[in-house]
Amino acid sequence: MSTRRDFIRISAVGAGGTAIAWPLIQSMANAPAIADKAIYESMRRTPTYCEVCFWKCAGWIHKDDRGEVWKITGNQGDLHSNGRFCPRGTGGVGMYTDEDRLRTPLIRTEERGKQVFREATWEEALNYIADKLKKISADEGPECTALFSHGSGGKYFGTLLKAMGSPHIAAPSYAQCRGPREVAFQNTFGEGVESPERTDIRDTRCLVLIGSHIGENMHNGQVQEMSDAIDKGAVIITVDPRFSTAAGKSKYWLPIKPATDLALLLAWIHVIIEEGLYDRDYVEKYTYGLEQLKAHVSGMTPEWAYGITTIKPDIIRQTAHEMGHASPAVIVHPGRHVTWYGDDTQRLRAVAILNALLGSWGRRGGFYRPESMTVPEPPHPEYPVPKRTWRTEFPDLYPLADTVLANGVCDATIPDPSRGCNFKAWIVNGTNLIETLPNQENTIRAIQSLQLLVVIDTMPMEITGYADVVLPECTYIERYDEIRVSAHRKPQIALRMPAVKPKFDTKPAYWMARQLAKKMGLESFFPFEKIEDLLDWQLQQLGTSLAEMQRIGVKTFDRTADDLYFAPGEEVEFYTNTGKIELYATALEQAGFDPLPKYTPHEEPPAGYYRLNYGRAPMHTFSRTANNANLTDLMDENTVWVNPKVAAEWGLQNGQYVHLKNQDDKRSEFPIRVRITERIRWDSVYMVHGFGHDQKKMKRCYGKGASDTNLITKVLVDPLMGGTGMRGNFVTFVTEIEEVGS
Amino acid sequence: MRYAMAVDTRKCVGCSDCVVACQTENHVPIGYCRDWVVEVTDGTYPQVELEFRSERCNHCANSPCVRCCPTGASHYEAGGIVTVTHHRCIGCGACIASCPYDARYSHPDGYVDKCTFCLHRVEKGLEPACVSACPTKCMYFGDLDDPKSPVSLVLRTRKHKTLIPEAGTDPQLYFLI
Repeated sequence: MSTRRDFIRISAVGAGGTAIAWPLIQSMANAPAIADKAIYESMRRTPTYCEVCFWKCAGWIHKDDRGEVWKITGNQGDLHSNGRFCPRGTGGVGMYTDEDRLRTPLIRTEERGKQVFREATWEEALNYIADKLKKISADEGPECTALFSHGSGGKYFGTLLKAMGSPHIAAPSYAQCRGPREVAFQNTFGEGVESPERTDIRDTRCLVLIGSHIGENMHNGQVQEMSDAIDKGAVIITVDPRFSTAAGKSKYWLPIKPATDLALLLAWIHVIIEEGLYDRDYVEKYTYGLEQLKAHVSGMTPEWAYGITTIKPDIIRQTAHEMGHASPAVIVHPGRHVTWYGDDTQRLRAVAILNALLGSWGRRGGFYRPESMTVPEPPHPEYPVPKRTWRTEFPDLYPLADTVLANGVCDATIPDPSRGCNFKAWIVNGTNLIETLPNQENTIRAIQSLQLLVVIDTMPMEITGYADVVLPECTYIERYDEIRVSAHRKPQIALRMPAVKPKFDTKPAYWMARQLAKKMGLESFFPFEKIEDLLDWQLQQLGTSLAEMQRIGVKTFDRTADDLYFAPGEEVEFYTNTGKIELYATALEQAGFDPLPKYTPHEEPPAGYYRLNYGRAPMHTFSRTANNANLTDLMDENTVWVNPKVAAEWGLQNGQYVHLKNQDDKRSEFPIRVRITERIRWDSVYMVHGFGHDQKKMKRCYGKGASDTNLITKVLVDPLMGGTGMRGNFVTFVTEIEEVGS
Repeated sequence: MRYAMAVDTRKCVGCSDCVVACQTENHVPIGYCRDWVVEVTDGTYPQVELEFRSERCNHCANSPCVRCCPTGASHYEAGGIVTVTHHRCIGCGACIASCPYDARYSHPDGYVDKCTFCLHRVEKGLEPACVSACPTKCMYFGDLDDPKSPVSLVLRTRKHKTLIPEAGTDPQLYFLI
């Protein structure tokens, strides 16, 4: 394979022969473009919303007597956090203090036959990008530029793309994460679950978690509400081959055989229909397709499911009864990262159907109706209408995807004679695609086909090593961003403002995007020179102001109507073909897919191999926090969880380092420690995602633990919406290891 | 007045927010901690039990660390909070050796440091940083002599335990089970 782009470890900076990798002194000429310094300099605490994960809790950044960042706490009025941050949010300080941060713009160049980065001024870096983007737009069309974003700054790079005429704004949070559940719920209830999830956990009487590890995923509001539910005596049912933290809080733990969840769900549906445990009035009034569903599941008895799932029939019935008794205050949780086996939308359809039968959608203790404010966009010229989209290139694929697929853009970047246009430029904002997209080889092949790769980040993540230009963003502690709009029990907005001036020669996204727009003649799409003026203009329309929000941080509005839950007997029109909750999904049928979910067996690990399951740890958000000093203090490497029986077979010792090797002979780049534990089934292993980093410049996390993405070479794609199922990989142990870092 | 803390192991998810909140609040250097989380697994798959405990100094009513301190740096504050006066500490480490809970550490600046129940916050009527930050609200703090304090209320209604009671130190950190 040609490697036009050599991976540059960011420390390899060409500095005209000198060995200084980083500027020691900040150039005053490049002082940050933050106006009104006095405002935050005079404040002992400034409002923010967290950027460590997508939950975006609103809180306060506190400064000490010297004006240094001291600690971060929650804002009492915030609906996402209720004034309590999770460890990552509290530890967000470490993102700001990290000495390994990107410090200055970098441009790829060649020195004596070797590719290196050279430090550049903002002017140089932005000119380089603007010239390239203009050329690519002229030669290939503006549609050939794509944005990948998983950070707040993405909003403004999105504006830039739309202004150029490209619709290609992709987020790995869809097809690599929650896409299937959105599509499944849209095709059942006519609406998605959205984020934060509209689950009314605090008032539920029965919470069913299927592989969803709340408590290890610290999605703050949900963790808090699960705790409230425990206090109130709610029944928790956890389905997981691993004894998760949530399993430890559960009345029932169903240690299911991996990849068989759909059979369990269908058996539950069977019991609930056959025993009449469903909400009859609700189902009759609001749903479509009960008879078809009843016929469909008639043979799917608990005894049938037992042979597939290894869950005993009486436990399946007992747990179904628990759900029936709690109805409608029951939540069969849709989960979040649900791209597992390629039939994920259908599995999530079964989850949606179960909720519909139990009458939990629109009911207290089930799913509430969120409401949000709309932040007005400033007046700007019409965006040009794109002539092509990625859809044009893949006309028959993934008909139910309702957003641009990150993996779709990636695939369409690799040149193929059958396609007219391939992507030529990527702008990557705050997402480490190398670790985010499965099948790294494919991602790197796509990158090698690009004419321009711009990476905007605060840290020298792996993706920066493939960039042509690296733009160092200041952290969320040092910048304004768009107003956070929450869809919640009440509409709420939150402000992020800088607590301190940006360290090093780093800049906020709004400034970068606007400067690029200016250089490309698209300035009119960014009518406000300063983001403060934009935010103030927007906030004024919402009946507040920047000055007020700087003081209070969050503002909660009243709902337009008292309709958090369906009123008794309320007539509800659902956004589906039939206007009803579709147990039988007519839109799926029209698109040529099963209108009712069917169980299909998935491949099982060959002898000596174990299914690779992965997940989160509460103190990390994947790559983003891997080098955060406060958080590596809590967990600095991941381990591979191994059942004691398996460990005995392999002669593994607790704490020993091994390599993992997958079914395609792909070996983990770094060794990983064995954790022998009764908390894992014998047919699978488990590791926390986000470790095994390959960038030496990230000193605390380099070579610590192993990367699961490294081992996910087999991707099971969901034909409905293009989700990339990642749980069909099997690994075995390689006990001979070389020295770490050699 | 008798300050005490109770941690609900049924709600704690072991996230360690208490550890970071303490670290930032009290300027505890990276690499050190005044509180920590213990995970205890019991049983054989699939009959498994799991307990998370946020642990720290037990602020014992009969503290071996106070008794063995040669300079008087380790002492009781009002309400029984055990603290170390940094400038009187010679860093000899006798207290570290005497503590059955391993709750103390040698600060790189040469003195011994430990949990203070955030005395500086408690004096202002605030909760300790760990208690106020915990997303699961699994920690309760207050005065045991006040029957209406959160910790008194919860200890009255919930089954609880202390750690290593056989050491006879009369620990004031309770775990709800």
